[in-house]
Amino acid sequence: MTYIFEFGWLAEYYPQILKGVLTTLQLIAVGAVLGISLGTFCAWARALGPSWLKPIVATYVELIRNTPFLIQLFFIFFGLPSLGLQLGELTAANIAMVVNLGAYSCEIIRAGIQATPKGQFEAGASLAMTPFETFRHVVLVPSLQRIWPALSSQVVIVMLGSSVVSQIAAEDLTFAANFIQSRTFRAFEAYIVSTLIYLCLAILLRQALVVVGGFIFPRRAAR
Amino acid sequence: MIEFSTWDILRNLLLATRWTILLSLVSFVGGGAVGLLLLFLRISKRKAARAFAKYYIELFQGTPLLMQLFLAFFGLGLFGIDVPAWLAAGLALVLWTASFLAEIWRGCVESIARGQWEASASLGMGRLQQMRYVILPQALKIAVPPTVGFSVQVVKGTALTSIIGFVELSKAGTVVTNATFQPFTVYGLVALIYFALCWPLSKSSQILERKLNVAHRNH
Repeated sequence: MTYIFEFGWLAEYYPQILKGVLTTLQLIAVGAVLGISLGTFCAWARALGPSWLKPIVATYVELIRNTPFLIQLFFIFFGLPSLGLQLGELTAANIAMVVNLGAYSCEIIRAGIQATPKGQFEAGASLAMTPFETFRHVVLVPSLQRIWPALSSQVVIVMLGSSVVSQIAAEDLTFAANFIQSRTFRAFEAYIVSTLIYLCLAILLRQALVVVGGFIFPRRAAR
Repeated sequence: MIEFSTWDILRNLLLATRWTILLSLVSFVGGGAVGLLLLFLRISKRKAARAFAKYYIELFQGTPLLMQLFLAFFGLGLFGIDVPAWLAAGLALVLWTASFLAEIWRGCVESIARGQWEASASLGMGRLQQMRYVILPQALKIAVPPTVGFSVQVVKGTALTSIIGFVELSKAGTVVTNATFQPFTVYGLVALIYFALCWPLSKSSQILERKLNVAHRNH
């Protein structure tokens, strides 16, 4: 092997990388908050919601979980404009991530809701709470706490999956790597650096979610 | 301008679907073999082997599949190998699949009660014999549903190989879109074909989980 590794370009191109990292972080922040909110709503609808809503949510969840994220992204970015809905690349990427995480977190959160002991619902009802009040004040937080580790892994998976938004020219970390690659022809170095940054982001995100979990769930859940 | 009927579009997409299916099969079978090897390393008695498998899994699960594809595509070239897209795609997908399958299977092996290890050791079985005759037959039953479930991720993962230029269903979708200017129809059909491939796998995973779980229901 006669190839000589060369990382001198890092000094010149680090603003691009930094911008890419910030875009990736922005995407996952918006994606996680809105995606988990959407997922919570869908989980409520599937587990406890009105019967007309259940098949609609089930269809949405199955459609998203059984198609690649890349195709969902292309459909939103290239397909929807023909219905008159023109989206910027960052908006399209954000929407795709929210829709994607919404479907996955729905199934995870639903498992948490269904693991709630029946007595909790009965206790809520005996205090004259409506089913929704029981869900909101009694069931929801312990359910989320039960599945928080699984939910955290899914958020990390979605963050790593977000690398494909570079394909619709959203300027994330992968986009920066592609840009550097095309300027310097240092393909391997550009990708190894961004791969390591992704690895660090994944580890940091996992830790951050443990900390966030500690804030949201100060007490131990009833099992 | 040439007009394309929906059938023209669908026919071309279905032709490309063959490559998606083939690549999925290769990745799954190859990933299963490498994954089994990793599993043995991960639960081995040697510390170095365990550490290697642990970091391998951490590395491949903690980085985007797209980056692994890029690295395989450009990295193999450094060794003077002329890398066709299918080789890079196959290699990256096999290694990526292996890391997930190894971790899934480790969970299954570790869920087997400790007493089973001790009982088989007291019969004078070696480590490999224990795995072969006592642990794996039991772990297999638990492992089937999540393994089938993960195959869905493999099929969806093959979509990313379009980015390094392997012509499968997603790439065909892009090519056909560029020819027909009907992204809504084309990507809609592509999504439906993926759904037709993945949904039976997801469903059978759920059904298997219910069926094979009988033995473990009374814990």
